[in-house]
Amino acid sequence: MSGADNLADTGAPLATGYRRFVTRRMVWLCALAAALCLTTVVNVMTGPAGFSLGQVIDGLLHPDALEPGAYVILWEVRLPFALMAIVVGACLGLAGAEMQTVLNNPLASPQTLGVMYAATLGASLAIVFNLAAPLGLPETYVVPVFAFAGAIASAAVILLLSRVYGATVDTVILFGIALVFALQALIQLIQFVADSDSLQQIVFWTMGSLTRATWEKVAIVGAVFALCLPASIRQVWAMTALRGGEDYARSYGVAVDRLRLTVLLRVSAMTAVAVAFTGVIGFVGLVGPHIARLALGEDHRFFLPGSALAGAVILSGASLIGKSLVPGVLIPDGIVTALIGIPLFLALLISQKRRG
Amino acid sequence: MTSLKIETINVGYPGKPVLTGVSLPEIPPGSLVGVLGPNGVGKSTLLRALAGLGPYTGTALLNGENLNGMSHFRRAQRVGYLPQALPQETSLVAYEAVLSACRAVRPDLAKTRIDAAVERVFDMLDIRPLAFQALNKMSGGQRQMVGLAQVIVRRPSVMLLDEPTSALDLRWQLTVLDTVRMILGRHEGLCLMALHDINLAIRHCDFIALFGDGRLLAFGPPAEAVTSDILSQAYGIAGRVETCSRGLPFVVTEPTQPIFPPTGQ
Repeated sequence: MSGADNLADTGAPLATGYRRFVTRRMVWLCALAAALCLTTVVNVMTGPAGFSLGQVIDGLLHPDALEPGAYVILWEVRLPFALMAIVVGACLGLAGAEMQTVLNNPLASPQTLGVMYAATLGASLAIVFNLAAPLGLPETYVVPVFAFAGAIASAAVILLLSRVYGATVDTVILFGIALVFALQALIQLIQFVADSDSLQQIVFWTMGSLTRATWEKVAIVGAVFALCLPASIRQVWAMTALRGGEDYARSYGVAVDRLRLTVLLRVSAMTAVAVAFTGVIGFVGLVGPHIARLALGEDHRFFLPGSALAGAVILSGASLIGKSLVPGVLIPDGIVTALIGIPLFLALLISQKRRG
Repeated sequence: MTSLKIETINVGYPGKPVLTGVSLPEIPPGSLVGVLGPNGVGKSTLLRALAGLGPYTGTALLNGENLNGMSHFRRAQRVGYLPQALPQETSLVAYEAVLSACRAVRPDLAKTRIDAAVERVFDMLDIRPLAFQALNKMSGGQRQMVGLAQVIVRRPSVMLLDEPTSALDLRWQLTVLDTVRMILGRHEGLCLMALHDINLAIRHCDFIALFGDGRLLAFGPPAEAVTSDILSQAYGIAGRVETCSRGLPFVVTEPTQPIFPPTGQ
């Protein structure tokens, strides 16, 4: 059959050609990692009290030598913010990629299918009705648990509706949109009955911001990501096989239903911790996987880590833009990701269309 | 040595039987069985059920072992199924698609052996130039060849191929049939292949299973299974089996009514 690729026409073993192909993908992964390092360093340097690169490195290596003010800015504000952008972006990027694969839908993401809003609803309930008090636990732990309960419930609803009605790619998205509207109405209802303090907290939260980052929260989100990533990596071959079609994957012995369930559990956990500590940050879970797909294809050994890296780069970059756009003003990250995410997504779609 | 025996199998959906009481005698190793019948008769439903993707009642014995008693994974290692639908249009390249099929079924196989198996199947099907082309940049026929490569690379004992030539031109149809024949000759496996081209089936298959009216109408070597009566019963057409000057059988059909009205009137 005719087909054009010099890697296959050289007469060399295909495995040799494939190794060169893999090397190209590794270079892309390294480029994404380098971009993440760069945005993170600049993120730490940028702010009302600017640091030079030398000051940042000195401060990281010799924190005791820093002046108390500089220490607080670097270690209590900038670093938790920057690291939170990485872990939340990575969680949302990975969650979006896995969701797009198991639901076979390039428009699937924790936001578009309502998982993020369900997590917001769960967290809002915990805040407004002060559910941490009767449980005798700190809010830092109770809010994510309720966010997770909301997220998992919405993922289960999507899965159930998809299975019961044999939903196609399009109807899954329609279910998701319907769910988003219903959840937004419920969130607004909670805002309506909330007292002024809780209302302010929820409204600020729906804008999505990294400003509430602390080392403890970074550690929780990081731990969830560190637990989910190896579990995802263990299923890369099954997910890659699934991209060929559900019947194909089933015929290879992939337990597709179980795969979907475990993936949606992971997606719910990652979305829940991200939303619980930063609020609604949209488009990262949608655009991150699309960038990774363009650069790395859909072999999930590269696609999943690439989506996590792309998500982290986007959120890190958005955080940087949010504090550099208007001097002295910190624009919530959820607003920035939406503002840069929409044109970026459209540009990706148009470029894909042009490339045929 | 692989043998397959099917005893009184019923396939279908809850409240809607599709094929009932299908029994095939023990099929000898190395055989290619053509599964024929009109659209919607249940050829795909039967193959899906045997592959473990749909329910059935009755008994299907692979080397004396009940297929329904095997774990899903063990069955996937022994039974290679090519769905009727072409592989999805994704940005996976053909090499990755074939590699992932092999890795999913044989995760314990050494990397060098997997590389060799993938290389071999690309050469066998003569699709080497497609190796690093994305599936979403391929024609339907090219994707169908990649789908077949995904089955062959796993070296299953039984291949269940649902219309593997539906998107292929004549040259590639012959490549597929010759390759399947060669594999069966080498490994003494079995292949059940759903086909619509009755002449292709008669020419290449050792046995024909012809379905109609929700049951098996005939099973046997092509010359025995395909008769005028059976063709009439299965498809509702008037046809006869003739032999060409080279001694090869073929079906000649006579339309009962003109497909297009006569012109110039």
